[in-house]
Amino acid sequence: MQHNSKRSVCRTGERTAWVLGVIAVAILAGGACSPASDHDSLVLTGSSTLAPVVVRIAQQYELAHPGVRIDVQSGGSSRGIVDIRSGLADIAMVSRALVGTERTLHAYPIARDGVAIILNVQNPLTALSEAQVVAIYTGEVGNWKELGGRDAKIVVVHKAAGRATREVFLDYFALEDGAVQADVIVGENEQAVKTVAGSPAAIGYVSIGTAAIDIEHGVPIKLLGIGGVAASLENLRRRIYPIARPLNLVTLQPASGLARAFIDFVRTPKIKPLIEAQHFAQVGSVQVGK
Amino acid sequence: MTAETDAAPRRDRALAAILRITAAVAGSITIGIVAYLLFGSLPALRAIGPLRFLTDPSWNPVHGAYHIVPMLVGTMVVTVGAVLLAAPLAVASAVFGRFYARGILSRVHRRMLETFAGIPSVVYGLWGLMVLVPAIARVGPPGQSVLAGVLVLALMILPTIALVGDAALGAVPESHLRGAAAAGLSRWAIVRSIALPVARSGIVTGILLGTGRALGETMAVVMVTGNVVQVPGSVLDPVRTLTANIALEMAYATDAHRSALFVSGLVLALLTIGLVATIDRIEGSERSDGTNAHGV
Amino acid sequence: MGSRLFPSAWLDSSWRWRSLAVPRDAAAHLAVWGAALVVTGAFTWIVADVVGHGASHLSLEFLTAAPADAGLSGGIAPILVSTVLILCVCMAVAIPLGLGTAVLLAEFSRDANRQGRFVRRSLDVLAGLPSIVFGLFGYAFFCHALGLGFSILSGGLTLACMVLPILIRSVEAALRALPDEIRATGAALGLSKTTLIRSLLLPAASPGIAVGLILGIGRALAETAALLFTSGYVVRMPNSVFDSGRALSVHIYDLAMNVPGGDGMAYASALVLLGLLVMMNALATELVQRWQKRKGLLLV
Repeated sequence: MQHNSKRSVCRTGERTAWVLGVIAVAILAGGACSPASDHDSLVLTGSSTLAPVVVRIAQQYELAHPGVRIDVQSGGSSRGIVDIRSGLADIAMVSRALVGTERTLHAYPIARDGVAIILNVQNPLTALSEAQVVAIYTGEVGNWKELGGRDAKIVVVHKAAGRATREVFLDYFALEDGAVQADVIVGENEQAVKTVAGSPAAIGYVSIGTAAIDIEHGVPIKLLGIGGVAASLENLRRRIYPIARPLNLVTLQPASGLARAFIDFVRTPKIKPLIEAQHFAQVGSVQVGK
Repeated sequence: MTAETDAAPRRDRALAAILRITAAVAGSITIGIVAYLLFGSLPALRAIGPLRFLTDPSWNPVHGAYHIVPMLVGTMVVTVGAVLLAAPLAVASAVFGRFYARGILSRVHRRMLETFAGIPSVVYGLWGLMVLVPAIARVGPPGQSVLAGVLVLALMILPTIALVGDAALGAVPESHLRGAAAAGLSRWAIVRSIALPVARSGIVTGILLGTGRALGETMAVVMVTGNVVQVPGSVLDPVRTLTANIALEMAYATDAHRSALFVSGLVLALLTIGLVATIDRIEGSERSDGTNAHGV
Repeated sequence: MGSRLFPSAWLDSSWRWRSLAVPRDAAAHLAVWGAALVVTGAFTWIVADVVGHGASHLSLEFLTAAPADAGLSGGIAPILVSTVLILCVCMAVAIPLGLGTAVLLAEFSRDANRQGRFVRRSLDVLAGLPSIVFGLFGYAFFCHALGLGFSILSGGLTLACMVLPILIRSVEAALRALPDEIRATGAALGLSKTTLIRSLLLPAASPGIAVGLILGIGRALAETAALLFTSGYVVRMPNSVFDSGRALSVHIYDLAMNVPGGDGMAYASALVLLGLLVMMNALATELVQRWQKRKGLLLV
């Protein structure tokens, strides 16, 4: 009796292994069978800020043009530049203006993104002057009560070196790299949002797109305007919001073929709602070099 | 044993050859990665020189400063803290599962630990950022701190240590336990004097694996330790670990900076070897062929 | 198997009470139960957090549909498939290499002492390297040098590198813990080393092998940074292992830290990952137990 149950156990085990093996081979074989030449494909690499919106646009493009495959990878703006130079990608997603040796590449701006200060909703302050922001970030002002707020030590949230958001912020406020006294340094925009949302005494700066959508989803932060100009999509569209950065699609050579078609597609009015849903302002003009 | 090997049939020699090949592949992966790190570090070591990594005034690669020491301290403090916190709790959990919990409870406990072992770093980081950090912030802002890092890391490595320790305790021969019980020893006395010593080698393996995980953890640490380059004055101070540094800056670094980051990766590898060697020396007892309890 | 787990099954009840009589034993009792409660409590807190934020987004559609709107709606079906494929590739490479190396280290260490020491040291180093270094190495070696590009294959191979030390260490520890009497018995029976290993030692060490597998699966499913650089970001249903495919952990990271408003879906995906983990662990344990029953001549 025990011998029989042992054998049936063996058989079930073998059967499981066979089934798994067949499934595995089927998946692998299926891959080998689908001819790659049927697909026209495009690879985009780069900024994680741009990646989500480009993924949405790419899906629309694939729906409109069956047979085309658009692969979107992440890794950062600089990775995107490296990849188009090495041939691993066709288009780079770059969330800043091109600098230095990159100016030989061809940038096609597709949107404008703003950078704004965020505070926790529990913070009673509703506006900060530029001087006050500089004082906070350089450590001159250490407590909210010095600015008329609550008695709480200010938690300064700053971005890590190399991020476009940080460069734009430092540039606008004419702050030196080493002058900033930060309490927390974050990598992604969302990390800054979550830090400020979790700490009533925190202050940070993020992409307007990120903050606005999080506010729509109920995250307890608020956007501050600069110099009387509110941090809104409308003001980005009208180009009156001062702290802004371009979002670019960049190619090694002047865009042609599928790459050109896709870039043109991104600039059509049909795509405007997709871009503006992210609180970026769509940009349509073609610029080569800068 | 040697007599048998001398008379081993061809099959055994073939097996030994195959096994040596697999071990060589495993070993060569490390050679490959360390070579990759070395290759990437050479430009910085040649241009900047290893001394400056210790003596420069600060870490600011864009302006040519490459002081690594605060981040080294950060890594060590957070890792050692996490291991010191997690190891006793994990071993106690393993003892609980094997000697203090009955049938179903013991099985549920183990399944629970197995599930926890697979929680992604992102989830730990998120929980840390959204639950733990605000709680710590109420005691002392900013909340992102050594303490948060130690707590989150300890939680991450606990299941590993507990599961490996549990397997080691389970491998203690039942005859040992039965004999001790027959001699009238209480449960804790059996655990303390028989089970734990016999399982020690396995438990230390678990601790080593946990230490490795803690040293190498990137994502969760970036989210909860604050990433400010400084030597922490208290557990409530923010700190940056070497791994967080690589994660934050690698994507945006150009040649010299990038190479400097590879140097910090190399330092991490050396740190790992050092920590492991230390644990080995503390735990190890020499065997007749010169290897210690782990056969090293 | 049951009595092995709880010694007092073969002891009388007075022994259980005696274990509380001495203050030191009572203190130990308290400490052990306390530790178990603290550990359980902490992890339950985390899982409850995940369930609380994510359960509302779970549905059948979530498991079977493709992601839409950068993951804010729709489901995770292609991502699940990619994740399972990555796991399969990882295990297919790590298990043979891992078992082989562990057996060599545990059973042949006297014949290959220097190699054994070197391999063990290298594994320690490997176990402590940051996941991002694996990601960079995988990108440089598998994606670029070997020309695999962003693909599930690259991701699986990189993960195998990460999982190997865990697997090898666990299996080796389990083999070392086996009493020498087994080997002596094998020698006395005139068994060749191959038979000894295959039919006696490995089945006897199977709990340790199971632990190694489970820890390896856990590590593989939990890994994010390494996969972001190697298997990539693409959400399309993969046609083969040469396609790029987003792993579940990468998707969770993207939704939580990159896509604004994606928290709810991130937690829901994390719940699915936990479910996948539980299934995989159960499968691994089942397979190891079946194999032990089939192969084992000596059931310890």
